Amino acid sequence: MKKTYPIEVDCANCAEKMENAAKNTDGVKDATVSFMTLKMKVEFEDGADPDSVMKNVLSNCKKVEEDCEIFL
Amino acid sequence: MKKNQKKMLIRIIAATVLTIACIICERFISAWYVMLLLYMIPYLIAGYDVLRKAGHGIRNRQVFDENFLMSIATLGAIFVGISNALKGGDGDYLEAVAVMLLYQTGELFQSIAVGRSRKNISSLMDIRPDYANIEDENKNLKRVDPDEVEIGSIIIVNPGEKIPLDGIVREGSSSLNTAALTGESVPMDVSKGSQVLSGCINLSGVLKIETTSDFEESTASKILELVENAASRKSTSENFISKFAKYYTPIVCFSALALAVLPPLFLLLAGRDPVIFTWIYRACTFLVISCPCAVVISIPLSFFAGLGGASSSGILIKGSNFLETLSKVRYVVFDKTGTLTHGTFEVTAVHHTPLAAEELLRITAHLEGHSSHPIAMSIKKAYKKELNLDIVKDIREISGKGICGTVDGRSVAAGNAALMQVLGIDYKDCHHTGTIIHVAMDGSYAGHIVISDTIKQSSKEAIAELRKAGIKRTVMLTGDSEKVARSVAEAVGIDEFHAGLLPDEKVSRVEELLRLKGTKEKLAFAGDGINDAPVLSISDIGIAMGALGSDAAIEAADVVLMDDDPKKIAKAIRIAKKCLRIVHENLIFSISIKVLCLILGAFGIANMWIAILADVGVMILAVLNAIRALFVKEV
Repeated sequence: MKKTYPIEVDCANCAEKMENAAKNTDGVKDATVSFMTLKMKVEFEDGADPDSVMKNVLSNCKKVEEDCEIFL
Repeated sequence: MKKNQKKMLIRIIAATVLTIACIICERFISAWYVMLLLYMIPYLIAGYDVLRKAGHGIRNRQVFDENFLMSIATLGAIFVGISNALKGGDGDYLEAVAVMLLYQTGELFQSIAVGRSRKNISSLMDIRPDYANIEDENKNLKRVDPDEVEIGSIIIVNPGEKIPLDGIVREGSSSLNTAALTGESVPMDVSKGSQVLSGCINLSGVLKIETTSDFEESTASKILELVENAASRKSTSENFISKFAKYYTPIVCFSALALAVLPPLFLLLAGRDPVIFTWIYRACTFLVISCPCAVVISIPLSFFAGLGGASSSGILIKGSNFLETLSKVRYVVFDKTGTLTHGTFEVTAVHHTPLAAEELLRITAHLEGHSSHPIAMSIKKAYKKELNLDIVKDIREISGKGICGTVDGRSVAAGNAALMQVLGIDYKDCHHTGTIIHVAMDGSYAGHIVISDTIKQSSKEAIAELRKAGIKRTVMLTGDSEKVARSVAEAVGIDEFHAGLLPDEKVSRVEELLRLKGTKEKLAFAGDGINDAPVLSISDIGIAMGALGSDAAIEAADVVLMDDDPKKIAKAIRIAKKCLRIVHENLIFSISIKVLCLILGAFGIANMWIAILADVGVMILAVLNAIRALFVKEV
């Protein structure tokens, strides 16, 4: 399953960091962050619950870039 | 400006004013620690978040980023200042403050520029409908979310409103602005029975539309999804940048460390004064220069602007990677029908008739009046006027041959050569390509009508433009006969053609071309998306034309042309080339300036002022250059 979330982040490099943080979260199969459209596209692993996975994604992203936001 | 940008601007202004105050105070105060404290005020106002982020990064083991570079460089400069002061010299703290200020100014500029272009591009693609009007039981108009409208509902679109869902006009007529979808500025006229697409703007009359798709499946949603996804497919240049940033920053940090430690060590071993603070200062300068922002921001921005500019001209490119491939296209393979030709049949000539051409068309059109065969339709279309079917009697269709009957009391037969042979009429053959309809009246030959697929007006120009855009070879593939293919190929000026191909033979032809071309040269296939999905997918880049409303084509292609003008292929290639040229300019320009400054900094020729001005200056120029990719009208 794929879902797209609007995000807020200030720099292209930070967006890259968010992408890596999201990819390394359990339950996430793949993730891409587009700094230009301010969107995060997440592909979940089968059977993963998007809501709880996204909470972890957000906290992982906050670790690498505290100014970021994902609008869940 | 956004809220945080305003806040940043206020911080920069406050810090600048305070810095100037500090410079004035310096004339009257000689105690170095007082000056240090005074300078720390604007320094922290301008850069507290940079320091905090650097600290946060270290705690989370994400050490190497711009914040870290700037923090180390400015703190290093302050440290050098303090130690100079302790030795009784002049402590210079202004430099560190100025570096932080300029860095933040650069970041603010960048954030505003990116925000602007983001807004510009999304307004170009502003086709998302906000609401749909439906009538409730009391015939009052009600605004609802387009998501809630079911297939088959009647929606009302007033002049000036966006059509929210695809559908068929049931009442009213109007003209539509399709610019957001096709880039075409001439309005399209619609009336009862016309199919309309979501995302168009209704210009003149009220339309009642029966919807044929729900919101998710509507053209506007599909296009938006495609455009939004485009930015997430990264090009090799973008991947290069993210890899580059990954290795670059650590390398620079360690070289800076080496610059601070190794030369003093050598000098010490050589028995000379190690001038350790000079080398620390040089290392700090080195760090300031090395900040990679210009490259990191301008490359994705260029691609994004290129994609946005292309979609504003009705060319949807599915990702930055395809923009890159498109710029390297040297071979273009066309499907004939629907790509170079209209794909619909039209009357192109009337020959050997004793009557006026008009009259022959009138009689034949009436004879075919009840038929819905494509050939009958094209004859009726050529006649243009309303039919009076009362004058037609005794219609007999002769399967596979033609049709006989009485028109205006005269017996008429129209059909192919076989029909004329059956009727025993001496007919004249035609040297033209296409379908020939022979007509006989009252037992004698009355001439023939030639019906053929017509070449698009812009096809010839399109091929010439492609050649100008650096295309080495154009090839046309068709299932049609050799004779038809040759005449089309000659008329439009195509280099090579292959006729009589079955769909799988088209695939093997393209495979052969793919084998023959050089590895750096790319092959594009342009088709109308009908029956050519396999070829679209095996070619380096598949271009689907006239794709409005054709889902299969949008799925299979990498580049989607919203209308069916073949000139757009050359335009897409030119846009891609312009975008890639800008990307390369930015890469070469910013990296070479950086390397030059790094060398100058390491030898102590460039100080920190030059370093930060070079950094911010290169970034601003690169961002402005990147935005150029958005302007594609003249390309």
